Amino acid sequence: MLQIKNLHAGINGKEILKGIDLTINAGEVHAIMGPNGSGKSTLSAVIAGNENFEVYEGDILFNGESILELSADERAHKGVFMSFQYPVEIPGVTTTNFIKTAINANRKAKGLDDLPAKEMLQMIREKSDLLEMDRKFLSRSLNEGFSGGEKKRNEIFQMAMLEPKLAILDETDSGLDIDALKIVANGVNKLKSKDNATIVITHYQRLLDYIIPDHVHVLHDGKIVKSGGKELAYTLEEKGYDWVK
Amino acid sequence: MELKDKLVASFMAFENKGNIDLESPVHKLRTAAINKFEQLGFPAKKDEEWKYTSLNTLLKNDYSVFPDTENVLELKDVRQYFLDEIDTYRIVFVDGLYSPFLSHTSHEQGDICLLSSALKQPKYQMIIDHYFGKIASNDESLTCLNTAFAREGAFIRIPKNTIVERPVQILYFSTGNEKELILQPRNLVIVDENSHVQIIERHQSLTTNKVLTNAVTEIFANKRAIVDYYKLQNDNLSASLIDNTFVQQKDSSIATVNTFSFGGKLTRNNLTFTHEGERVTSNLNGITIIGESQHVDNHTMIHHKRENCESHELYKGIFDDQSTGVFNGKVFVDKIAQKTNAYQQNDNVLIGDKATINAKPQLEIFADDVKCSHGCTIGQLDDKALFYLQSRGIPKKEAKALLLFAFGNDVVERIRIPSLKARISKLIAQKLKVDLQIQI
Repeated sequence: MLQIKNLHAGINGKEILKGIDLTINAGEVHAIMGPNGSGKSTLSAVIAGNENFEVYEGDILFNGESILELSADERAHKGVFMSFQYPVEIPGVTTTNFIKTAINANRKAKGLDDLPAKEMLQMIREKSDLLEMDRKFLSRSLNEGFSGGEKKRNEIFQMAMLEPKLAILDETDSGLDIDALKIVANGVNKLKSKDNATIVITHYQRLLDYIIPDHVHVLHDGKIVKSGGKELAYTLEEKGYDWVK
Repeated sequence: MELKDKLVASFMAFENKGNIDLESPVHKLRTAAINKFEQLGFPAKKDEEWKYTSLNTLLKNDYSVFPDTENVLELKDVRQYFLDEIDTYRIVFVDGLYSPFLSHTSHEQGDICLLSSALKQPKYQMIIDHYFGKIASNDESLTCLNTAFAREGAFIRIPKNTIVERPVQILYFSTGNEKELILQPRNLVIVDENSHVQIIERHQSLTTNKVLTNAVTEIFANKRAIVDYYKLQNDNLSASLIDNTFVQQKDSSIATVNTFSFGGKLTRNNLTFTHEGERVTSNLNGITIIGESQHVDNHTMIHHKRENCESHELYKGIFDDQSTGVFNGKVFVDKIAQKTNAYQQNDNVLIGDKATINAKPQLEIFADDVKCSHGCTIGQLDDKALFYLQSRGIPKKEAKALLLFAFGNDVVERIRIPSLKARISKLIAQKLKVDLQIQI
C-alpha cells in the first residue's frame, strides 16, 4: 500500500529525514517509535502532504503511484489520513458541519453526489457512539476549548467518518488519560480491516498495549535504525532509546 | 462648476422657489447648515479624519442634485432586494422620492412613514422641533450638507411601551435615469420608553450610472428602549455611500448598529453614539468583505458621558485584491462616567497581496474606575488550519473560504432577525465564492 523509498526531507533547507525506507501492506499495523527530535512528526507531515516541508530526494508511493506531487486534499481523496498531534481549533465551524463538508468534498472528488442528510446523520451518530463522544461536542466549534483528550477522540471520530485506507496516528496517546486511551484505541481497532493499514507514531510503548503492532520501527536522527516485531517496543521501554543509538 | 459651488447655488435656487416658512426652526437649521458647508467645503486628505479616505474622484462627477422626473419601478424589478420571506413594514424611495406603490407604511404601532410628511404636518411639529437635527453634527461638512438638502427619508416614531412586531425596511433605489446623481436621504428614528424596533436600511443602485449617497440618520433611544439597526451595504461598484449615523441613548436603553459592507465603490460609515443616561448598552458590529478597488472606512465614536454604561464594538474585515479598509474607533470616557465598560475589537484578514487596512483605535479616558480594552489584529489565513482542513480532503480554495466564513461568523451570529441572518450568510458565501453546501 505505502512504499517509502530513500526519503530525504526537511524544512527551510534543513534536512530532518535522512533516507527512510519503509513498506507497509494492507492489513498491517506499523509502529514508529523514537526519541524527541528523531523526525517522527516530520515523517507523518510529509506523508500527509504538509506544504511547509520539502522533499529533497526519494519517493513516496501509494498503491504504486507517487503522491509527492499531490496536495494534502488530493492525498486525502486517495485515502491517506493523519490524526494530528495538535489538532487545530477552528472557531465558527461546528464539528458536524466540518465533517459534512469533508465527507462531501471527498465524495465530490470521487464523482459522487453529496451524502443524503439522513444517511450523514445516521453515520455521525454511529461513529460518535463508537468513540463514546458526548453529542454536544458535535455542535460546538471544531476543537475550540476541547480538552486534549476530547481533541484526540475527535480526530479518531473524523477517521471513522472518512474511512481512510492509510491512517497515520501522530502521537495520539499524548494528552490522553488511561480511560480515553482505551476508548481511542478501541475505536482504532474496530476500524482495522484487511484492506487498510495503520501507522502509529509514538514516543512511549503504552499505546501499543492497546493497538498491537505487527511491526515496530525505531527512528533516530532521521533514519530507521532498527525494525522488528512488537517485542521491540518492550525492549525499548526497558532499555531506553540510548540502546539503539 | 465645482460640486461645492453647484450645491450651494442649487440650495439658493430652491430657496427662491418660495413656499418656505422662513421663520420655521427647520429652515433656520438648513440655512445655518448650508453656510457651514460653504465655509468648510468637502473634507480633504489633510483633515485627520479623512487621511485614508479620499473623495476626490467622486467629487469630479457632475451630479444631478434634484432629479425632476418621478421614476416608477415595478416590484418584480426590485423584489430581490427586499426581505420578503417575512412580514415587514417598508419605506421605499426611488431616486430620492417616495414610492407609495412599493412601500408599506403604518400608523398602527407608531408612525412608520415619511420624513417629508412629518416636516409638513403641524401635528408632528413639536416632535420635529424637539428631535430633528438635534444630534446630527452641526459642524461636520457632509452632515451639514445633508441637513441643508434633506427633503425625504424615513420617519419612525414608536410611542412608549410598544414592541413593533415586524422589522422595518428602509430602501433607497436609484434607477440610473440621471447619469450622475447625488442623493441626500435623511432618517429620523425616535423610540420611546420601553419600546422595541428592528430596522434594516439598504441603498441600491439598479444600473451602473454613478450615484453618491450622503445619508444622515438620527436615532433616539429613550429610557429602556431597544433599537436594532442593520445596515446592508451591497451596492454595485458604481455607487458610493457616505453614511452618517448618530445615536443618542437614555437610561438603560440598548442600541445596536450592525453594518455589513460588501459592495459599493467607496463606503464611509460615520457612526456616533452618545450616552445621555446611565446603564446604557451600545453594540457596534460590522463585517466588511471587499475586493477589487473597493474602499470601506468605518469611523466609530462612542461618547461615554454617564456612569455604569457599556459599549461593545466588534468589527471584522476581509480584504482581497487591491481593496482598502479603514477602521477608526474612538471611545471617549468623561471624568464623570465611572464604572464604564468599553470593549473594542477589530480583526482583519488580508487575502489580496495589494490589499491594505489602516486601523486606528483611539481611546481617551478621563475617568479612573473603568474597564476599557481594545484589540486589533491584521493577518493572513492560518497555514496550520488550512493544512488541517486540506488533510481531511477539503480542497485549498474551499478550505480558505471556509476559514474566512468562520472568521466572520461571530458577527453574523449577532443578527437577531433569522431571515436576515440567512440572507447575509448567503451574501457572504457568494462574496467568498463558497458553494453553499459548505454550511456553517
